[in-house]
Amino acid sequence: MTQTEPSRVAQQAQTGRPEWATLLRRKPRPAETVIQGLLFASGAISILTTIGIVLVLGNESLSFFTDSEVSLVEFFTGTRWQPQTGDFGVWPLVNATLMTSLIAMLVAMPLGIFAAIYLSEYASPRTKALLKPTLEILAGIPTVVFGFFALTFITPILRSLFGVDTVQIYNDASAGLVMGLMIVPLIASMSEDALSAVPRALREGAYGLGATKFEAAVQVVLPAALSGLVAAFIIGVSRAVGETMIVAIAAGATSQLTFNPFQAAETITGHIARISGGDLSYGSLDYRSLFALALTLFVITLGLNLISRWLVSRFREQYD
Amino acid sequence: MSNSTLSTTSTMTDSTRLKPLSATTAVDTERTETAIEARHLNIFYGAFKAIHDVSMAVEARKITAIIGPSGCGKSTLLRAFNRMNDFVPTARVEGEISLHGHNLYAASVDPVEVRRRVGMVFQKPNPFPKSIYENIAWAARLNGYRGDMDRLVEDSLRSAALWDEVKDKLKQSGLSLSGGQQQRLCIARTIAIRPEIILMDEPCSALDPIATIKIEELMQELKKQYTIIIVTHNMQQAARVSDRTAMMMLTEDGKRSGTLIEFDDTNVIFTRPKDKRTEDYVSGRFG
Amino acid sequence: MATIPLPPKAIDSYRPNLAGRHAAGRTWETIFLAATMVGILGLVLLMFNIVNNAFGIVAYADENDYSLFSPVPVEQLADSDLIVLLTNELSTGAINKLNTEKALDTRSRSELLSLVYERILERKVVASSTLDQALFARADFEAEALAKNEAAQFVFRSWLSPEFLTEPMSSQALFSGVRTAILGSLLLITLTIAIALPIGTAAAIYLQEYADKSLINQIIETNIYNLAGVPSIVYGMLGLAVFVRALEPLTSGAIFGNVDSNGRTVLSAAMTMALLVLPLIIVNAQEALKAVPDSLRQAAYGVGATRWQTIWHHVLPQAIPGILTGSILAVSRAIGETAPLIVVGASTFITADPTGPFSGFTALPIQIYNWTVQPQAEFHNLAGAAILVLLVLLLTLNASAIILRNRLSARRVL
Repeated sequence: MTQTEPSRVAQQAQTGRPEWATLLRRKPRPAETVIQGLLFASGAISILTTIGIVLVLGNESLSFFTDSEVSLVEFFTGTRWQPQTGDFGVWPLVNATLMTSLIAMLVAMPLGIFAAIYLSEYASPRTKALLKPTLEILAGIPTVVFGFFALTFITPILRSLFGVDTVQIYNDASAGLVMGLMIVPLIASMSEDALSAVPRALREGAYGLGATKFEAAVQVVLPAALSGLVAAFIIGVSRAVGETMIVAIAAGATSQLTFNPFQAAETITGHIARISGGDLSYGSLDYRSLFALALTLFVITLGLNLISRWLVSRFREQYD
Repeated sequence: MSNSTLSTTSTMTDSTRLKPLSATTAVDTERTETAIEARHLNIFYGAFKAIHDVSMAVEARKITAIIGPSGCGKSTLLRAFNRMNDFVPTARVEGEISLHGHNLYAASVDPVEVRRRVGMVFQKPNPFPKSIYENIAWAARLNGYRGDMDRLVEDSLRSAALWDEVKDKLKQSGLSLSGGQQQRLCIARTIAIRPEIILMDEPCSALDPIATIKIEELMQELKKQYTIIIVTHNMQQAARVSDRTAMMMLTEDGKRSGTLIEFDDTNVIFTRPKDKRTEDYVSGRFG
Repeated sequence: MATIPLPPKAIDSYRPNLAGRHAAGRTWETIFLAATMVGILGLVLLMFNIVNNAFGIVAYADENDYSLFSPVPVEQLADSDLIVLLTNELSTGAINKLNTEKALDTRSRSELLSLVYERILERKVVASSTLDQALFARADFEAEALAKNEAAQFVFRSWLSPEFLTEPMSSQALFSGVRTAILGSLLLITLTIAIALPIGTAAAIYLQEYADKSLINQIIETNIYNLAGVPSIVYGMLGLAVFVRALEPLTSGAIFGNVDSNGRTVLSAAMTMALLVLPLIIVNAQEALKAVPDSLRQAAYGVGATRWQTIWHHVLPQAIPGILTGSILAVSRAIGETAPLIVVGASTFITADPTGPFSGFTALPIQIYNWTVQPQAEFHNLAGAAILVLLVLLLTLNASAIILRNRLSARRVL
């Protein structure tokens, strides 16, 4: 196009009469092109972020695993995590992460789903307009505040209930319970979306056969929304696994492999926060081990999020 | 059913119908049993009056069609018969609907019980996302069915003329069936709880012609045992399948409430209606 | 319930047991409501616990008796005598430092007294109570405190006070404030918005107005959703490796001639936070752009505008209220984020106000974290008060987002 331009311009100049072909000709708009390029670059920053995460975590993890003191096998099978003595077995941290997440989900799942059923099937519009935003305030409170709540409120209650000898000051139970409370609004809101997406016709079908409201809600609507509920569960787990401040404050700084929820046990995130908060020399084995942990965390949460998204999209197809 | 109820209703139906028609009197006297009856029924949505003063006695083991222009409250009236309007928060009902002499809107009546006795088939097939077997067994189990469940499922599917098509895939999801099959599945699950009356809200509007014929044939079979009330916007269908036809229109007082303007044998409504508006509507001169 | 007589054929096989089913239904409805209420109760207890910690009785005692320095209790000294006392007892360096912060003779009486208590009498907390202890178990609390130190004096204290907002951090709970943390947080979110808002809006414009359904664009869309689910501490690790270390010359300000700083600066933290909130900002901005009616774009194209002219003159002005609201809400998430700040190295103890993007800093959530993990009760009091400040800040941000939206949407003409 650009090659033919000079001759056409010359032609036009000679005749002194603009041609339609010239008028309609595509004009180069450098500004538009530059702007579009900038906009694309902004969009691509999100890709760069992901690539950055993968590269940074991968690179440092690689140099961690290639260190003579560490082996991949030890990392994934070892039951001791004591960087001072060169023990880098990830299981104590993973175990504590799973424990706190499990406790959190045991709280959040029933509360969240029951609240969702109430809001979607029972509450009048006016009640719903009052209860739902109130519940959502919980979701907006910074997690460090939940950590404060766990340590200064829930832990003392647990200790007075079960005895100060049974319950340590730092323990997984308190962190898990409060994490559950934090996740309730997330589960409730995702589940309510799933329940509300079940067509009215299904409820009417059930009522028309002489089902009570409860029977229709639990035996027809709930199963129909199942994949949405599972998606909510998975996102909840992902949130619990990645949550840092509550466990950093309330679950303690002892990395140990224990199944007793009343004992202190450091999680993956808690460990990263504690070690990186101190004076850490760049390039040390400790420093690199944090990236290996962060990579583990990233892979777990990314996997969970992908599964959840897939489930939600499948659910949409079913009823569209 | 007690004799007293029987006689009062028959007297009433006769007296309301005797005067104008001499030709059909002979047939009329054979009609004796009223299955369900609306008396001076008014239905409101908030301040809006959707149904104005409808009284009609629906005869047992007949197909009664409700026709009329769209928006005239056909579905609202139909849903009043099994209290489905209860789920609309602003809905309010005046007057009564009586089943065996009991007002369904009396404070002591349980709407859940009403809906079991007065089953409903909806406009769009709405099978549950469960297996074909479970679709039928579910409500029967809820209602405490104590017999042989396999038998009930088979009988219900046979009654709905669906058995031969699905007998080998009872474990498959009800959603895997075609639209027409789904609608027959919905009829089968309604039959499985043995209602007395089956309400059908434009049951064929989402179906293709072949599926529609099947449902219509099925209705003729079902009316031997069940009383059927069907809402349809398709006048040919009403003329084809129903024994009695109720014609609804909006009131002309500007309030746009729906009301019953004529209720008679289907052949009367379609051949020599008494109301000018009915005549205009069935002959396509409406609107 | 009155029963409707059954037709004979139906009687034998069905036992609906409606009474039992309705009872079960009512029980479960109560359970569902209770679950909702438990969530709300959790919120109430959380709030109660914060307030409960932010007020209480403090038992304090002076390490050095006033009689060592003054014939009468220091409260009875005139302002000028207090200044003389401070000048005599503190080192010249310390006085100079105080004077550069705020000249002694311009300080109010209560500020001078605080200095005397802190530096000369060395007033320390003996014990500290929560509000419920103060109200219902005061005697027990006082007895315990007196057992620890018989010179203990008691005063009811609101830990949230004007001094708390204006004083910098101190190792003594009685004299600690959150000024540095508030300034740090404000600087941090300002920088975060400055970085994330233009990039996020540009990305949203690209995805909403330009992008076709090509593979790369779909990857970008999916990627944004996945990034929103990445734990914030992972962003912290990214920030640590990239902004704090790899880009240290930029983030420490070394290339601008700043020498006394490493990469652990407000700028590094703001860049990390910007990456963290970017997915939220993009998604919100996309929604705002989606809400602009297509007829507006067609009208602009119809009079010969280019795509960018259409966006800049017509689409963007319509979408701005939505974009700003969404961005403020996204940033209000960032203001409470703690984990990434810990990782990129916000200081837990710093008394100097942040001076610019290249200074070290602390932030409110970091202070809250730091005070929460201290064993002494008085630091939990401080944490409670700091949480109240943080929540007020959050509330202000959210309210301003809503007000902004209402203002701007009222002004727009369509």
